[in-house]
Amino acid sequence: MDRRLALLCGLLALSCVAFMLLGAVGSWEFLLQFRLRRLAALLLVGICLSTATVLFQTIAGNRILTPSLIGFDALYILILTAMVQVLGLAGFAAIPAPVIFAINLAAMTALGMLLFGVLMFGAKGDMIKLVLTGIVAGILIRSLTEFLQRMIDPSEFQMIQAASFARFTHVDTGLLVLTAAASLPALALTWRVRFRLDVLALGSELATGLGENPQRGRKQVLALICVLVASATALAGPSGLFGLIVTALAYLVAPGTRHAVTLPTAALVGCIVLVAGQTVMERVLDLSTPLPVVVELLGGLVFLFLVLKRHIR
Amino acid sequence: MISIRGVKHSIQGKPILQDINLDLPRGGVTALIGPNGAGKSTLLSLIARLQPLGTGTIRVDALQIGSCSDAALARVLAIMPQSAQISARLRVGEAVMMGRYPWHRGRPGKRDGEIVEETLRLFSLTSLADRFLDEISGGQRQRAMVAMAYAQETDYLLLDEPLNNLDIAASRHLMRLLRQMADTGRKSIVIVLHDINYAAAFADRVVVMREGRIVADGAPGAVITPALMADVFETDAKVHLVDDRPVVLV
Repeated sequence: MDRRLALLCGLLALSCVAFMLLGAVGSWEFLLQFRLRRLAALLLVGICLSTATVLFQTIAGNRILTPSLIGFDALYILILTAMVQVLGLAGFAAIPAPVIFAINLAAMTALGMLLFGVLMFGAKGDMIKLVLTGIVAGILIRSLTEFLQRMIDPSEFQMIQAASFARFTHVDTGLLVLTAAASLPALALTWRVRFRLDVLALGSELATGLGENPQRGRKQVLALICVLVASATALAGPSGLFGLIVTALAYLVAPGTRHAVTLPTAALVGCIVLVAGQTVMERVLDLSTPLPVVVELLGGLVFLFLVLKRHIR
Repeated sequence: MISIRGVKHSIQGKPILQDINLDLPRGGVTALIGPNGAGKSTLLSLIARLQPLGTGTIRVDALQIGSCSDAALARVLAIMPQSAQISARLRVGEAVMMGRYPWHRGRPGKRDGEIVEETLRLFSLTSLADRFLDEISGGQRQRAMVAMAYAQETDYLLLDEPLNNLDIAASRHLMRLLRQMADTGRKSIVIVLHDINYAAAFADRVVVMREGRIVADGAPGAVITPALMADVFETDAKVHLVDDRPVVLV
């Protein structure tokens, strides 16, 4: 298992070097700084989203789920649309980036917890019910967003459209620091409870028997998921099925169930997919398509494959 | 001692348990029997805090269910839930090691390894230790689940219909193992059984439930009679004494 992790580390290092050096022309100092910031953003988002997806799959007891399926991304676009709707394009543009970021982060975390809280209360520990109602809630949020988008003018709509996919073209240092400040404690906490996650993955009854209260555990894990997804999304935008691809790959690399292995594996795979993917898209294929558009396409295929094959449970 | 006082339980207004008072002292095998829907599994899951307790009190030694810490109770009482399904993809050895969680909290030591080894041997699972739980037969999986509860090394062991899916050889093997744990390991075992003959053969005490109430309680020889079959189970099965042990003819 250690060899696999070492191999992934090597791959990641290779991708990072390629990302930093390929096609480098012009002032080194500027280029290094510029790319280093983007690399840091890619890594942070990769780790946050993979970790959040693993956590979500653990408490849902199902490996074909990802937080975005139950409307997390939709929440982000809804908040964005609502802000543009209320403030207008000029008003929205006048707000400093860190403030928008903070609003996004806070609103997504709060709404996410509210959404999950209500769903959890209604489902009374029945995760299938939680997931199904979550999907319906996601549709509701998307419809609400569409409704709001119909009432704004085309230029505002275009601006929201552009922001609806994750982008790593320009990264602000201030936002990066804010993202790190929000997500690193959550990641540290996740690592601390990795053994409890193993127990929670056994299901409610067995977890209770082993002395872990599943209700309390799930609430805490949901809070972690909300913070992680919210900070990644506030930095880079929604990322759709990215988490699903990453965890599916991670389980292929490390088929066990111990979170002490699964969490770092998924994080490494997530970073490799993002960094290598971005490098290939930008430097090799010379495309300006945002990476998540491709990831989304692949993610949809992976999702279909998993549902049809169902060898991963 | 497990002491149950004035326990009532209802699901959506429908009473499942009514005024249960029961003392289960340390040691021995107690079998809970009764027709389907009598509330046996519910009672067991209330003792093991798998469901929140509404009315009444349940104490396990000094620990009061509902207010004691979950982790402390997990070192005193283990439960094998009915048709326990593990959603995670786990190997048999890993599952049994999970049973040690209340003691090692995720960081297994040398002694945990030894206990797992010993448990696997005791349950004849050593050769299956590296197989995934979803790759082995239903009976083997059932045995692994009991082994997991056993590895928890608690004074009290609660089992909800552990003989499901087991053939006669596996059933007898498991019941003998439980008997041996009670006799030499000083464990207190509470077991929900469907087959009255297994209860008669292996239990020290039989508690009979019907419609959420305890209707009979005592040694198998005294409790399992043709009258009980007629009154509680509403069937006219004959009961014979074979080797001083009641046997229900089916």
